[in-house]
Amino acid sequence: MTSHTQTATAPRDQLTEGEVVLTVTGLDVDIRTPKGVLRAVNNVSFEARAGRTLALLGESGCGKSMTAKAVAGLLDPVADVTGGTVVLNGTDLAALTPKQRLKYAGPELGIVFQDALTALNPVYTVGTQLGEAFRIHQGLSKKAAKVKAIELMRHVGIPQPESRVDSFPHQFSGGMRQRILIAMAVALGPRLLIADEPTTALDVTVQAQIMKLLRDLRTESHMAVVLITHDLALVAEEADTVAVMYAGNVVETGPVREVFGSPKHPYTRGLLDSVPADVGRGADLKSIAGSPPELHRIPEGCVYQSRCPLVQDVCRAIRPALEPEGTNRTVACHFSASSDTKELDNV
Amino acid sequence: MSDIAAHSLTGETTVPLLEVRGLTKNFHVPGRGNNVLCALDKIDLHVGRGETLGLVGESGCGKSTLARTLLMLEQPDEGTIRFEGSDPFGLKGKQLLAWRRRVQMVFQDPFASLNARMTAGEIISEPWATHTDLYPTKKARAARLQELMEIVGLRPSDAGKSPQEFSGGQRQRIGIARALALNPDVIVLDEPVSALDLSVQAQVLNLLNDLQKRLGVAYIFISHDLSVVRHVADRVAVMYLGRIVETGTTEQVFERPRHPYTAALMSASPQLDVTGTAPRNRIVLEGEMPSPLDPPSGCRFRTRCWKAEEICATLAPPAASAPDDPRHVAECHFPIAADGMPAAGGPVRPRNAVNLLAPRQ
Amino acid sequence: MSKPPRNVNQLPTGGRAIAPPGTEAIALPRPDQADKRISLFHLLVKDRFATVAALVLVFVGLTALFGPTLMGDLATRQDLSATNRPPFSLGEGWAFILGSDSLGRSMVARLVVATQTTLSVALPAVGISLIIGSLWGVWAGYHRGIRETISMRIADVIMSFPSLLLAVVILYVFSPSAANIVLILAVTRIPIYLRTARAESAELQSRTFVDAARTFGTKPNAIIRRHVIPVVLPTLLTLATLEFCYVMLAESSLSFLGIGIQPPDVSWGLMVAQGRQYLQTAWWLSFFPGLAIVLTTVAANVLAAWLRIATDPAQRWRLTLPRKRMIVRIPAKEVQ
Repeated sequence: MTSHTQTATAPRDQLTEGEVVLTVTGLDVDIRTPKGVLRAVNNVSFEARAGRTLALLGESGCGKSMTAKAVAGLLDPVADVTGGTVVLNGTDLAALTPKQRLKYAGPELGIVFQDALTALNPVYTVGTQLGEAFRIHQGLSKKAAKVKAIELMRHVGIPQPESRVDSFPHQFSGGMRQRILIAMAVALGPRLLIADEPTTALDVTVQAQIMKLLRDLRTESHMAVVLITHDLALVAEEADTVAVMYAGNVVETGPVREVFGSPKHPYTRGLLDSVPADVGRGADLKSIAGSPPELHRIPEGCVYQSRCPLVQDVCRAIRPALEPEGTNRTVACHFSASSDTKELDNV
Repeated sequence: MSDIAAHSLTGETTVPLLEVRGLTKNFHVPGRGNNVLCALDKIDLHVGRGETLGLVGESGCGKSTLARTLLMLEQPDEGTIRFEGSDPFGLKGKQLLAWRRRVQMVFQDPFASLNARMTAGEIISEPWATHTDLYPTKKARAARLQELMEIVGLRPSDAGKSPQEFSGGQRQRIGIARALALNPDVIVLDEPVSALDLSVQAQVLNLLNDLQKRLGVAYIFISHDLSVVRHVADRVAVMYLGRIVETGTTEQVFERPRHPYTAALMSASPQLDVTGTAPRNRIVLEGEMPSPLDPPSGCRFRTRCWKAEEICATLAPPAASAPDDPRHVAECHFPIAADGMPAAGGPVRPRNAVNLLAPRQ
Repeated sequence: MSKPPRNVNQLPTGGRAIAPPGTEAIALPRPDQADKRISLFHLLVKDRFATVAALVLVFVGLTALFGPTLMGDLATRQDLSATNRPPFSLGEGWAFILGSDSLGRSMVARLVVATQTTLSVALPAVGISLIIGSLWGVWAGYHRGIRETISMRIADVIMSFPSLLLAVVILYVFSPSAANIVLILAVTRIPIYLRTARAESAELQSRTFVDAARTFGTKPNAIIRRHVIPVVLPTLLTLATLEFCYVMLAESSLSFLGIGIQPPDVSWGLMVAQGRQYLQTAWWLSFFPGLAIVLTTVAANVLAAWLRIATDPAQRWRLTLPRKRMIVRIPAKEVQ
């Protein structure tokens, strides 16, 4: 325990690019529901490195947000982490008590949510909400915290921060609110920033602004960014590495260019084929048949078996483990070797 | 016949199926200083038989109001809608009902647009309760219901299930079947796939494509997702703050945008091209869309435009055709030339996901 | 948690969405779909509270229908030698199991006879105000605008006028007959339904599925019938069960003032009112009719709450769950 406290209070050393900031190993999250206990996140492992962006990619309900919340310690009361470790800068967050965790993870980990309007308290000014982190973690006075808040607002590109610091969240546009949320997340200079669908509610021109801001902040402080999204194109443009999730499991990881360039898992391949592009207008897209299984109907064996064109008996019996593929990739598929060849097209 | 004359200007030779001219819609917002919200400002567009018109724009640009006005859910303040020459707003009784059959709509939210207390079969058959003469006998309706469910890829045996028992993609299929129940000529699709996951979205897009081929129905496809519009549309209209700022064929608008806003929109949307090595020169626009309660004078885009000059603030730019094709129209004083490229950025490269799959093909 | 996969063997592997009908539907076998088709009766039997409530209401209904005939003149037979007999003494036979009143009449018999009178006033009163108020409110809420405004002002006027005073005036002018009491109670309670129905209907008319119906050219009245009323009805029925209680008590207030049910007729409310002066010496005179009112109301309420869930396709699955499993607890494991 003492070592944790020491780490938390130790002077902050500058991050070097590429250094591992977060290691998640074998994370399990269970949800208690009227229909029984469901496994929402199953044996999820990934790493986030300083100055890099890791994308957690998946469709709705695949457990990507649940994973992020588990890492940040923000799970709903009905959900529990039932296995695995979450190591942030050498400290296992899962082993900390909630109080220790708050003290340690508060400054070290920032999180940005999708819906900025509900993530901000409507009855406090943005200045108060931005200054709160400084007052709690650095014991600053109200006045000093406000000065810090103005500084932060300028940092994230909010015009006229001096006059807007006393405004309420609803007086800002969607893009500006998202900037405020980002400012709150990076206020204490975290080593890890989790961005959970940060631009899904925004228009594409504003999305470009927000992603540029996140990129700039990352370059500046070498923090690690975990970007959670369902948008393949966004991953292609913003992330260095990607972990593709399906039905609570990670099915493929690796550098974005390699994964998207030659996907090894049939699901990744199917997703990429589903993206509408100029493949002859009016031509059919190669869609994935069916829809993802509900949590209480996830089959034994491979999670993707019900929609997979390569499915065999072994897939229904044994769930494939995430195995290394080449130097820096992993895939959870019995037939990963064949899934990037012509065979898939012929099925 | 003046319609034909008007259209020869834009190179159109036949009378379009649906034609909208000068459509204007203002909402009155109580309790504000300037209380007129201008949702649609003199919208002109037309759709031919069996054609897909893509309508692109960001939230608040008026595209949903346009859809609702086309379906007569809102009364326009000015302008006309003509469907094969007749104006639906002048129709009454039986004639109005007959018009209703021709234009139908598919809604964005597959959860809210289906009544949870009805079964799938009841939902799809609902239009026939009003249009009783379409399938007069019970037997004819049952047969048609089965046919419709098969057409959209649902099992007819599921007709007795309630919407909650279907997945999002299947619900949208129910919505599409309902829109098809009256055998329309035009279907207005208001963000039909934006609530769906990518893999399911592709299924629904394929379905829509297939239906168009089979039934020859025209689509007005409204979306904020450029890649989807690019995939489905024959022609594209780009909306900004209640106005259509650029129209043309999909190829023209996406590959040779003339309006700075179109160029910025194309440039801002992320691309799935991982084979490209040079970093894109992206146009990142300043600020956000102004409030439609207080639109800028002159050109509506000038507050965010990098090409704006004095004239843009004083004079609203007229619609002007491109030199190479009169059907490629943009409302801009300083349109981007066909060969030249947007001033702030490099070439706006086409989205091309094929590149990424190229090594395997 | 993980059950063996079903039907995966029959899974079509074709990637095309449209090709064979039902491609998508088959992908997700839902074994419990058959359960969702269970009849309302089956669901009712599964829910203990709702079953008891239904039984109570059936008993009250049967009593109202056949009770008075069975009781004969027992309810009016006076025995001045045996006034205010306490309940639960079997010495005088079953008729006096609940004691007797100040004129020596059997409490059981009077309660049974009163059941009929009470229901014959309360049911029509609640029914009339429910039907008129709901239809009016739904209509006003659907059309909005001037129709809504005028309707709401009328409701305000009725609500702000002291209903008891109105009742007193009218019942003094006309004779205090059962029909007049029903009419007064119905009119004064219309705004309750009107307001609720209007609010729900105004919200519903902006929903997308209502817009969809408009695009078919469906007439407003048909939309109201098909899309608005089925959704609003459960709420209004729940409200009506609460109103049932209110109307019974209001009727007793009128009886207390001497302008309600006129003796020798008797209602539960009148019995409560008459028993009030003996409250310290003979508590059972007010207690048992009061209990009857409470039991009936609670039963109606429980049943209405159950009906609300059972008729909602999105909620119905809750009732199919075994009660014990409703709250599932797993021990909060220590991580590592």
